[in-house]
Amino acid sequence: MIAIENLCKSYGKLKVLQQVSVSFGTGKVVSIIGPNGTGKTTMIKCILGMALPDSGDIKMNGASVLKQHAYRSQIGYMPQIGRYPENMKIRQVIEMVKDIRKDVKAIDEELVGLYGLEQMYDKRMGALSGGTKQKVSAALAFMFNPQVLILDEPTAGLDPISSEILKSKILKEKKNGKLILITSHIMSEVEEVADEVMCMMDGKLKFHETIAAIKKHTHEERLGRAIAKIMNEED
Amino acid sequence: MNKIIKYVLYDIIRNKIVLAYTVFLLVLSIGLFNLGGNPEKAVLSLLNLVLLTVPLISIVFATTHFYNSYEFMELLVAQPINRKKIFLSEYYGVAFSLSAAFLLGVGVPVLLFGASLTGLYLVLTGVFITFIFVAMAFLASVITRDKAKGIGVALLLWFYFALIYDGIVLFILHYFSDYPLEYASLALTALNPIDLGRINVLLNLDVSALMGYTGALYKSIFGSIWGISLSFGLMLLWVLFPVLSSKRIFSKRDL
Repeated sequence: MIAIENLCKSYGKLKVLQQVSVSFGTGKVVSIIGPNGTGKTTMIKCILGMALPDSGDIKMNGASVLKQHAYRSQIGYMPQIGRYPENMKIRQVIEMVKDIRKDVKAIDEELVGLYGLEQMYDKRMGALSGGTKQKVSAALAFMFNPQVLILDEPTAGLDPISSEILKSKILKEKKNGKLILITSHIMSEVEEVADEVMCMMDGKLKFHETIAAIKKHTHEERLGRAIAKIMNEED
Repeated sequence: MNKIIKYVLYDIIRNKIVLAYTVFLLVLSIGLFNLGGNPEKAVLSLLNLVLLTVPLISIVFATTHFYNSYEFMELLVAQPINRKKIFLSEYYGVAFSLSAAFLLGVGVPVLLFGASLTGLYLVLTGVFITFIFVAMAFLASVITRDKAKGIGVALLLWFYFALIYDGIVLFILHYFSDYPLEYASLALTALNPIDLGRINVLLNLDVSALMGYTGALYKSIFGSIWGISLSFGLMLLWVLFPVLSSKRIFSKRDL
């Protein structure tokens, strides 16, 4: 579904991504993990065309996405920190995006309902708490039935109930054959929803394996320990 | 693209600044037309005020608007929309709304009190100046990510074109006054859109007779249809250059 080939990106002297090559298939939940500042968000931004890579290629269904924009109709993106026009109301933001994406007929408003966003439709985006903004971001990401969902630390600001709602939604969409990329630091959560783990370190791909395989060759029951073991082995 | 322009306009209209700008221009022009009695004099005073305030307000408003729309643009960039379209929609949205304010605030009074060819040139010049300075503001905003720096660059641009440039021209004219400078000063005029606009309007007024030999040369060049189209053509270049270069920078940078 998505193939990244030799992706390099630097901000000035800082090399954020170095020769990252990885590919993701459909119907999977892939968790992208790694220490802070290892280029997880940068990689996501490259896939979305928000950051432009220095070299390398990103392909979606075989076609390069660089300098393209139409492919983004197949991606639902939930940013780490959702930033919205402060003086727009929730209703206006949602209706604007719907208006722009008018070509999509099947609109999925399950999360809008589950999060009770309709009751808050007349609140200004600037007055919302971080968690509520996250809920709006999540609702927008899932709204247009995209083939790929990219969720950047989706549960970081959500309360436990809302996190559960999101997790069950993720699993539901996985069953519908979608590719879901999630960055996360919470290992228990990764273990719960993900099939594969992609680990990045200092801008490089460390490993990309299924959770079962990781557990098997480290002889650990818990994913957190297994990952820690791999990290320590290298040092 | 029209959809995005619609949302940009919607955002600007709710912001009361453009409304205040319209009222300010309206009061200014009606006041000037009712003060002197001679409409030609009023157009001249209006010209001087317009050439000072319109660039300033256009450039400051457009710069702050650009930085304040960052979230809006971020939201749109994740959607299947071309980045260039997002940028141009922002540009058209700001330029159209400020031009509309100008047309209402200056165009309508000119039409009511001093409808003439000179008045038409004044209005046309004002609209061009608006488009040019909004374009410069966008160029200043895409160059730097820092809002304070962006506004600083924008103000500096205004300062340069509205005040410093004339000083430089005077200095050159004075220093090289032994040489024939008619064509050189003509070229210098083309390098500043505000001067270009001023000359456009001035040469259609009687005062141009007071401008000596250079004025006569200007009159012979700018007085003709050919000259007028040349100067408006130059102003169009002044719009296109910053718009196209800032669009290029915007579509090639990280958000």
